[in-house]
Amino acid sequence: MIYLELFWNFLQIGLLSIGGGYAALPLIQERVVENNHWLTMETFADLITISEMTPGPIAINSATFVGMQIAGIPGAIAATIGFVLPPFIIVITMAYFYNRFLSSIVMDGILMGIRPIVIALIGSAGLSITFTVLWNQSKLIGVINSFKDINIFSLVLFLGSIAFLRTFKPNPILVILGCGVLSVLCYILT
Amino acid sequence: MKEKLRLYCTLFITTFKISAFTFGGGFVIVPLMKKKFCDELKWIKEDEVLDLIAIAQSSPGAIAVNTSIIIGHRVLGVSGALVAAIATVLPPLVILSVVSFFYTFFKENRAINALLKDMQAGVAAVIVDVVFDMASKIVKKKELVSILLMSISFILVFFFKINLYLLILSGAVTGIVYKLIQKKRKNAI
Repeated sequence: MIYLELFWNFLQIGLLSIGGGYAALPLIQERVVENNHWLTMETFADLITISEMTPGPIAINSATFVGMQIAGIPGAIAATIGFVLPPFIIVITMAYFYNRFLSSIVMDGILMGIRPIVIALIGSAGLSITFTVLWNQSKLIGVINSFKDINIFSLVLFLGSIAFLRTFKPNPILVILGCGVLSVLCYILT
Repeated sequence: MKEKLRLYCTLFITTFKISAFTFGGGFVIVPLMKKKFCDELKWIKEDEVLDLIAIAQSSPGAIAVNTSIIIGHRVLGVSGALVAAIATVLPPLVILSVVSFFYTFFKENRAINALLKDMQAGVAAVIVDVVFDMASKIVKKKELVSILLMSISFILVFFFKINLYLLILSGAVTGIVYKLIQKKRKNAI
């Protein structure tokens, strides 16, 4: 049953996405794009773009979007409940024992071990998205094979955005909207 | 009774509003919640709020939702947590359902498609920027274990498509073992 499948997959994503919004991205990519083929890599990249420009956490946005695309509104609700359930139980359990939890060596160890891995995971997802944007390929082999077909306009936007982000530390939405404005200008001019 | 009902309503409306009008995810939402529940409503004390946020950040899931859950729980118990969770999830659920509905139509339009594609370049840059910041923090700490964990897992994930769940669990185990050894050494000295 599709609702149960959505619920079950997002439950697992909710259980292991430690470290906030971006940490859920690689897990969602694995479940939604690679394992179940619910979305293509391109739609997934669109989803992140939309998530960044609408309020609300990326993970909830993704759960709703994927659920909607696959099984309509009940699907969106099933996926969202699946994602929220594990943190709901864990947060409340931790609240009961919070003094013991926060200063325990086990908790310290878990966070210390997971943090670098989460960064690596986000990095990997970020690289796939960058490849998709610049070459329309999400894997390294595809990029090497079609290296010359790089999308120049996207490359300019990408490098410009990075330079802008690193120098001025603006709100990310401004950068994404800026790319949108340049895109529209370019469309009108050509 | 009436008093309690009012508390539930305030909790629902406040978390709903924060979720509906805050762009930019957990790191933006958390300070707003602190301001609202701590400074304005005075439901929670300043130093306690920091502990609550620490719990929300170290649990899995979306930080904004977790913070709502824990504040709701602190004020009104499990039912408060439920009310806060629903209020926080509802706005993105509704907005994204609408967007998803229109996405199917808009995707056919070439101009919109090009626009989305170009904005993705900005999104990719944002993610690369975030990763760069986080990774350089790890490198600056000069803890060999963390740096090794980060580089090895990147290779395993990107090139070998290792199971993410296995990887995260083994990271947790490595961290616990490392901390236990560290403590033993300290005790020995």
